[in-house]
Amino acid sequence: MPAAPLAHPGRVVLDARDIGRALTRISHEIIERNKGAGDLVLLGIPRRGVPLAQRIAARISQVEDVDVPVGSLDITMYRDDLRLKPARALLPTEIPSGGIDGKVVVLVDDVLFSGRTIRAALDALNDVGRPRAVQLAVLVDRGHRELPIRADFVGKNLPTSLSERVSVRLADLEDDGVDAVSIEPRPDATEVGE
Amino acid sequence: MKRHLLSAADLTRDDAELVLETAAELRSLADRPIKKLPALRGRTVVNLFFEDSTRTRISFEAAAKRLSADVINFAAKGSSVSKGESLKDTALTLEAMGADAVVIRHGASGAPHRLAHSGWVRSSVVNAGDGTHEHPTQALLDAFTLWRHLGEERRGGLEGRRVAIVGDVLHSRVARSNALLLKTLGAEVTLVGPPTLLPVGIEGWDVETSYDLDAVLPKVDAVMMLRVQRERMQGGFFPTPREYSRRYGLDGRRMATLQDHTIVMHPGPMVRGMEITADVADSDRSVIVEQVTNGVAVRMAVLYLLLGGSESESPE
Amino acid sequence: MTSVSSYLIKSVRILGGEPTDLLLKDGVVAEIGTGLSADGAEVVDADGLIALPGLVDLHTHLREPGREDAETVETGTRAAAMGGFTAVHAMANTTPVADTAGVVEQVWRLGREAGYCDVYPVGAVTVGLKGEQLAELGAMADSAARVRVFSDDGHCVSDPLLMRRALEYVKAFDGVVAQHAQDPRLTEGAQMNESELSGRLGLAGWPAVAEEAIIARDCLLTAHVGSRLHVCHVSTAGSVEIVRDAKRKGWNVTAEACPHHLLLTDELAATYDPIYKVNPPLRSAGDVEALRAGLADGTIDIVATDHAPHPHEDKDCEWAAAAFGMLGLETALSIVQHTMVDTGLLDWAGVADRLSYAPARIGRVADHGQPIEVGAPANIALYDPAATRTIEASASASLSRNTPYAGMDLPGRIEATFLRGRPTVLDGKLV
Ligand SMILES: [Zn+2]
Repeated sequence: MPAAPLAHPGRVVLDARDIGRALTRISHEIIERNKGAGDLVLLGIPRRGVPLAQRIAARISQVEDVDVPVGSLDITMYRDDLRLKPARALLPTEIPSGGIDGKVVVLVDDVLFSGRTIRAALDALNDVGRPRAVQLAVLVDRGHRELPIRADFVGKNLPTSLSERVSVRLADLEDDGVDAVSIEPRPDATEVGE
Repeated sequence: MKRHLLSAADLTRDDAELVLETAAELRSLADRPIKKLPALRGRTVVNLFFEDSTRTRISFEAAAKRLSADVINFAAKGSSVSKGESLKDTALTLEAMGADAVVIRHGASGAPHRLAHSGWVRSSVVNAGDGTHEHPTQALLDAFTLWRHLGEERRGGLEGRRVAIVGDVLHSRVARSNALLLKTLGAEVTLVGPPTLLPVGIEGWDVETSYDLDAVLPKVDAVMMLRVQRERMQGGFFPTPREYSRRYGLDGRRMATLQDHTIVMHPGPMVRGMEITADVADSDRSVIVEQVTNGVAVRMAVLYLLLGGSESESPE
Repeated sequence: MTSVSSYLIKSVRILGGEPTDLLLKDGVVAEIGTGLSADGAEVVDADGLIALPGLVDLHTHLREPGREDAETVETGTRAAAMGGFTAVHAMANTTPVADTAGVVEQVWRLGREAGYCDVYPVGAVTVGLKGEQLAELGAMADSAARVRVFSDDGHCVSDPLLMRRALEYVKAFDGVVAQHAQDPRLTEGAQMNESELSGRLGLAGWPAVAEEAIIARDCLLTAHVGSRLHVCHVSTAGSVEIVRDAKRKGWNVTAEACPHHLLLTDELAATYDPIYKVNPPLRSAGDVEALRAGLADGTIDIVATDHAPHPHEDKDCEWAAAAFGMLGLETALSIVQHTMVDTGLLDWAGVADRLSYAPARIGRVADHGQPIEVGAPANIALYDPAATRTIEASASASLSRNTPYAGMDLPGRIEATFLRGRPTVLDGKLV
């Protein structure tokens, strides 16, 4: 049953249980692909990538019985549309104390869209250190790529129209404490990026 | 934020706290292997210094460079300014160079205001100290230092905190900017000094004043000592340096009357033995060295917020 | 210039009275009455206009010789004519200083050649305005320029002994010492009125007491030696009180207020725009009120412009580097109407007294400042009090542009100025 439809205008496409299952699957895929969790570092892209990274790390730890370092990587200053809007507030960048040199960094974000955010994240990562490999995990891939970027781990492929907006709500960040992904008509069609 | 930073009064509480938060993020950059961010790539920042101040100039230069801006240093000494070229002509030259921001230090109060509002340049103007008027980025770095030590780095963290600013308030641009900014951030400010060094009309500043340093010290969370400039010593503002030190200097005996958590600040450069003794300056309470480190982060935050995005607000 | 020698001014209101006609002929007022016939005279339709005696300025800086880039006697007197003035006193702070008979005669002659306005040179009190030694006051008084007003304006005669001697010495030729009252030690580096605002702006303060202390001292000296003192540009409420007290005691003290001090306040310094930088500085609203009251009750005898032209570059800079002073001749009467007449503090007869009769009396100028009567010299200004004009700096007849009123809407406009029956301004334009 869809969660609290009144609180979420638009069509709910993933409810809390769907999101939980998707993250569990992504966690297993990450372990499988990397043959364990030994050199992993998860970096969430604020804001919503950070709690997603934490949840994935918790699931991996359960399975593998190791602590997976989790951090956050703000991409604000690396955005290619920085000059199109008034200066934005910075979001936290927290690199785990072990650093990222020689590690496998899994970038975690909520929605993959144009790919510009991930391009910025790769640039930001470049200034932090030199990982052995970089992988990308996203909760939703909605298509419409503008750069040659693809995700390694996808919770749900969601075909959308450009006139729609994908709204991700996570319990950790929302007042109502409810997880949900919904599709809404886009209020401002000229909005850039995701 | 407004397009220029001319006075600490240009900052709303939201603006000021945004600067502090941004500075907090940027401060972590010092620990990274590559201390550089691309935010101001392709932008030009001019440091226009009509007065010698290597410390402030280097701090702004480091801040701009860490944000990948191109930096042009324009010092009055050795340039045509000393031959009588006017502020206006210099400004027109900078405009022709395509400066996006001009960081100006000038001996005349209001010179940055003139630069920003006379139509000579289109760039953002940042006041890096003007005459006996203001020095808003110094106030921001002082507030940032206070916020880290007393405010838990959270919004509203300086609410109700008590800060004493001690010394030559009359001629101090640091005192003016700090009084304004700390009030904006909700702190309680007491200006302390001999009556000759407190400005006429200070009753209207919405701050406490006192002539008695010993009465103020036990009550405050931070004490900021102002430099006594050499020319004031001859200016008849107080009888002798010795009497000044005795009444308004911070020494070990006075430091012992502070609360345990109280910190000691100084905008530098210090006159050791005059307004502050060496043992106080070098004590655990002193955050003077940290103020310098914080200066770069705060100036990065200011430059980023002024230049990092599109031109947010139209010029007034 | 026109060759017409007589003018019939139709239906003008003398000092705002009932409409009448005024025939100016051979340099004097020939007839006054309704329905006068033109009889070959050029007719000026003055319906709605007020006739005032030609205005007399006791405090003008014409800058010549020495700063012809800022103003010349010709451009300054053109501006004066546009403001309704028929006589101006040219301050002595030129280069060279007007401290000898030679220099004052040169200025006086330049005024006659320009022909827009009679120029009465003010002689310096001390050699080179240095405040050390009396200039040859007697030689200037005896010269063709017949100097009666002596001033070191721009500088204060701060040495009390020198001031006493000057006051004593000018008694020999009925002169007056016009003091720029500013204690130099109390105003070292001063930039604006000392107030809460000066503290906030970080601009060195010019305290009221620095003016008041000198005025009080000079009033006492004047009484002691039985001479005549004129106080330039009174700017504070305290100064008004001191002058009021001196007059009550019967001492021979007169005082002037400047138009800008009757209107503008120190708040304008917050713009850091040096167009508002003047000496003495703009003061508080309370001081403005006191000056208006003093001018209304006669404590302040006259309005004098302190017209101080400066080239653009001396104002297009930072505050501290800028020159002190603002233009005043072309706007003085409008400011007085706005601040004194439209507020009900002064009628037009009062305006004639404060801007013509009294300054002429203080300067001992015989040919100006006389009531508009048959036989009087035809020095007359025609003024339209109902007009409104937006001040444009570029429209000034002065060589300089430093008016603080640019963009302001001010009441009133000079339509014509007659100097000895000959128009210097007609239809609002220089002739
Ligand atoms: Zn003067």
